[in-house]
Amino acid sequence: MTYRIRKFAGTTVSHLVLAALSLACLIPFIWMISTSLKTKAGMWEFPPRWIPSPPLWHNYRDAFTLAPFGTYITNTLTLEVLTIAGQVISCTLIAYGFSRFRFRGRDTLFFLMLATMLIPEQVTMIPTFLFYSKLGWIDTYLPLVVPSFFGNAFYVFLMRQFLLTIPKDLDEAAKIDGANEFTILWRVLVPILRPSLTIIVVYTFTGVYNDFLSPLIYLNSPEKFTLAIGLANFVSSRSTEWNLLMAASTVILLPLLLIYYLAQKNLIGGIASLGIKG
Amino acid sequence: MANTLLSKAERREERLGFLFISPWLIGFIAFAVFPIIASLLISFMKWDIYQAPSWVGWNNFNHLFHDKLFYKSMRVTLVYSAFAIPLGLVLGLALSLLLNMNIRGINTYRTLFYLPSVISGVAIAMVWKWIFNSDYGLLNYLLSLVGIHGPKWLEDPNWILTTYIIMSLWGIGGSAIIFLGGLQNIPGHLYEAAKIDGAKVVQRFTKITLPLLTPTLFFQLLMGIIGSFQVFTSAFMMNGRSGSAGGPENEGLFYMLYLYQKAFKSFDMGYASAMAWVGGLISFILAIIVYKTQGKWVFYDADDTQGKGKTA
Repeated sequence: MTYRIRKFAGTTVSHLVLAALSLACLIPFIWMISTSLKTKAGMWEFPPRWIPSPPLWHNYRDAFTLAPFGTYITNTLTLEVLTIAGQVISCTLIAYGFSRFRFRGRDTLFFLMLATMLIPEQVTMIPTFLFYSKLGWIDTYLPLVVPSFFGNAFYVFLMRQFLLTIPKDLDEAAKIDGANEFTILWRVLVPILRPSLTIIVVYTFTGVYNDFLSPLIYLNSPEKFTLAIGLANFVSSRSTEWNLLMAASTVILLPLLLIYYLAQKNLIGGIASLGIKG
Repeated sequence: MANTLLSKAERREERLGFLFISPWLIGFIAFAVFPIIASLLISFMKWDIYQAPSWVGWNNFNHLFHDKLFYKSMRVTLVYSAFAIPLGLVLGLALSLLLNMNIRGINTYRTLFYLPSVISGVAIAMVWKWIFNSDYGLLNYLLSLVGIHGPKWLEDPNWILTTYIIMSLWGIGGSAIIFLGGLQNIPGHLYEAAKIDGAKVVQRFTKITLPLLTPTLFFQLLMGIIGSFQVFTSAFMMNGRSGSAGGPENEGLFYMLYLYQKAFKSFDMGYASAMAWVGGLISFILAIIVYKTQGKWVFYDADDTQGKGKTA
């Protein structure tokens, strides 16, 4: 075989493998949507039909009238806005502090911050719960929101990496023009930091959206439930109505897919650029 | 004192630095230092949140080491990690090599494979439960097409852990993207030089790619160990009808799920804290073992391969 033919064969095989794996990635979603449009009888058909005829669109309406998903959506979005604001503000300030100022113990503290990523959640969970219950915060959004205002090690790390690539001359120039540190951060750096801010926003969004354990522990009143808890509740009351469950799941996953689609470049670039080194 | 040696400007810089990082400092004390110490103290107490806590010494730990379900949950978690982590790493690495190729549509593939990593909540857990349904689920249907009569995945105690391991493989794209970052950090000239020296593809992989990816591998191994002790949502949603159950013969009783039951179903905070510490210590010891052995297999400086003192 000549080099050219071999290369062509190699590319074709790679494409086939990648396409097959892509299908494997997507098939749970296809199966979910397919089931969400089935009748009760259609669900128990074997072999299953991929395209239900006729598609039962009112499963979606049924799912939404059987459980107050509208309320869950509002609650989740409220939490999202507050948490994202907390993370964006706190992580920007902290990363700025760690990257632009010299102070004693800075590197030790930074290392300590990275080390906190290794603390298993189960160890801190119980005292934190007891602490919040002493404060009377159970069944409020405070335990879910307040911690986000104190930064997140991974996001600070990401943002500091990014800040270190921005030349200090920019700060100096602004300083000569009479800007103070807050103005420099806000006017000069934050606009440049947009890519890493996007990563923080998207990660926080998906983190809050997927989070199940914390709202499960802290929220008791159904009218305060997030989508995750609301869906879990819906599942326990309709455990075999897979068509309704899949309709609800589809609607719940949609915003996540949309956000991911919009932010994919930033996200994948951010992860890949982490470039783990010693 | 060192303080007097600093100029006025330096002292101002230091104050500002501390000011900017102060949210983290406060959070560090409130959400890390304080809970870790408190958790250790609570593990020596009996505390059901309704009554005042009382000191019970090693009681919780004694009970723990005689608790069959504790051992069960530990076994479930460790067996799961022993299979899911290495499998995920090997397949993730293989996938990253494919994703590193310069072919058309590669960005679309990357986007698709990373997708499962952003989706981990209740909704997708329910989709998996339905896929693994033994009578009408997708997986057994696909298996039946090739003449295999699929097992009763989540109902058969012998198959539950396999179900979770298979499910975890859906997420290998996330690991592949992290490996991809590592791959793209490897300087191209190393491959050029190896090619000139006549190294074959396999040699180039084992002598260049693999050694230079070990830091990435190390990082993922560490995060994988910590992560397996936190598997919760899928275990909570998929094991039984009622939620939070351990599944048939408790074969799906992941560590975090058992801890949750103890802390928030029976409100045995002391016992749950003891569990948290034992689990935390075990994952810490595993992490230390990985860390200590890294000298043997983790390779940090790319330029070492060229021999020291040589300029590029």
